[in-house]
Amino acid sequence: MTTILHLTWRSLVNRRATASLVVVAIALSVALLLGIERLRHDVRGSFARTISGTDLVVGARSSPIELLLYAVFRIGNPTSNISWKGYQAVAGHRDVAWIVPVSLGDSHRGFRVMGTTADYFVHFKYGRKQPLGFAEGKPFAGVFDAVIGAEVAQALGYRLGQAIVVSHGAGEVSFLDHADKPYTIVGILKRIGTPVDRTVHISLEGYEAMHVDWKGGAPIPGFSIPRDQVKKFDLTPKQVTAAFVGLKSRVAVFRVQRFVNEYLAEPLLAVLPGATLQEMWRVIGVGEQALLLVSGMVVLVGLAGMVAVVLAGLAARRRELAILRALGARPAQIFLLLAAESTLLTVFGLALGSLLVVVAIVGGGPLVETRFGILLGLGPPTPAEWRLAGAVLLAGFLASLLPGYNAYRRSLADGMMVRM
Amino acid sequence: MPVASLENLRFAWDGSAAPLLDVPAFSIERNEGVFLYGPSGSGKTTLLSLICGVLLPTAGGARLLDRDLAAMSGPARDRHRGDHVGYIFQQFNLMPYLTVVENVMLAAQFSAARRRRIAAAGGEPRGEAMRLLGRLDLPGDILDRAVTDLSVGQQQRVAIARALIGGPELVIADEPTSALDQERRAAFLDLLLGECAAAGAAVLFVSHDRRLAERFDRRLALADINRAASDRPQ
Repeated sequence: MTTILHLTWRSLVNRRATASLVVVAIALSVALLLGIERLRHDVRGSFARTISGTDLVVGARSSPIELLLYAVFRIGNPTSNISWKGYQAVAGHRDVAWIVPVSLGDSHRGFRVMGTTADYFVHFKYGRKQPLGFAEGKPFAGVFDAVIGAEVAQALGYRLGQAIVVSHGAGEVSFLDHADKPYTIVGILKRIGTPVDRTVHISLEGYEAMHVDWKGGAPIPGFSIPRDQVKKFDLTPKQVTAAFVGLKSRVAVFRVQRFVNEYLAEPLLAVLPGATLQEMWRVIGVGEQALLLVSGMVVLVGLAGMVAVVLAGLAARRRELAILRALGARPAQIFLLLAAESTLLTVFGLALGSLLVVVAIVGGGPLVETRFGILLGLGPPTPAEWRLAGAVLLAGFLASLLPGYNAYRRSLADGMMVRM
Repeated sequence: MPVASLENLRFAWDGSAAPLLDVPAFSIERNEGVFLYGPSGSGKTTLLSLICGVLLPTAGGARLLDRDLAAMSGPARDRHRGDHVGYIFQQFNLMPYLTVVENVMLAAQFSAARRRRIAAAGGEPRGEAMRLLGRLDLPGDILDRAVTDLSVGQQQRVAIARALIGGPELVIADEPTSALDQERRAAFLDLLLGECAAAGAAVLFVSHDRRLAERFDRRLALADINRAASDRPQ
């Protein structure tokens, strides 16, 4: 047994150029498969931990998934807002324990600017109902105070006390700046690996103040209200984008949801974040399965390539097999010699592929986190990843039976004849 | 007791009605050197496969030492061959990815009996491989080199060492000189016969080249022992 495995190893080392190519091909296919699975897992994890402890998200009527995407994940843009009156109506419901309004639509150098109240830092939770913590500074108090997420601070090199200018619209490049009304950074949040890291938070009043001299999405020509004058205006918002709602009791969730959805004065929508996320995964799940299926096929192609290479090599190795038979090797050992070769190639491919995934996460993880807000974890393999790795190994082993059996049959039929 | 014997052996490849071999009687005695002449395609290699039990006769018996090969299980037959027969091919005798010494030691790795005999003589496989290679005039500096660096003549000498390590009773050589030039053939034959005699192994040497025959104790043609050949229309 060890003699045979040693021979397999030496033979592979001898053909290392071909063998490495086979291993690389398998490794790339395995990296694709495991990488997609890891991405799928971490995307779900990232989304799931973004919001916690919020019972309902309320916004203007649209699709529940759309509302969740723009209100919680800062993906896409709201199509319409809810009126301050509508917001007040929800806030006044007797089952509501707390409510936090948010206004979205502006940005700062590619990062979303969100108007909210100081309650946001108290009630909005992530992960396992963890509150947002401050790395430095404190919540905003004044109209022109800003609290920035950790990624904003790191990417732009901001420190407390620095002044920033907000741009109109959510794009990375904007030609309309609110340059006349800069904000001062008074707080920097701890990094938590959710879209909060990439958000600039200002007060609702500050958000309103930016737009007092604007109309229809553009500054009113020849009309500008200086920063110190703005406080004289009524800065109560006329509308907000969405609101996060916490209830006194979870039992009331459907009652409040029905109240919001049946609110007559304007079309509102209340969604349960967890349930809506599940619904989103059901929609996306089909695509995920298709991706996994395709990458599974790529692995099979890799293994088929390996079998082709090993079988092609076998034709040139018939003399070796005859020598081994003459030395007393059993047909079963000939089988093992070839089967071990393919299995070993698969194991190496699997190991290298997993390593590639780790390298990709280490190398590309920060970029993915910055661009997409998805935290790629380096943690131990998930059960699903173990299953995939096991399936690859099993497929490789099954594939190895083919050259093994081929060699076995030839060694029985040829005898000492070496047909070249 | 002969080292190997065939009795009323018939062999036909699957699906072929006419037997390729029909050997009423053939045997090799201990320490004997037998030259078997046969032109290409006359079934020489098939006969050798039957003698060492890689193929089994369609009818009749083949014995290797005290054992009836057909009565043994496959693995036991393979082990028996590894223990008692050294085999030298026409050329490319060696595993291309092992060093010279490793190739020789390989025969001992496949056979516990050979290892026992080496140990009984007070040696160990690597030392015994080196000793044999030394006797066969292979320079010490090539022993740990790849066999592909060797000339054909050197490779065939390594094959003798591998056939003889651990003292098998029978060495079968299937056209071992056909890849060598005229002078080297004689030198190779000297070495083979000398070493087999020194090790106490019988030699069955098969060739289509009758000029080599005179060095052997006994000379015969495959057609003499194979009725299937003489039956064929000439």
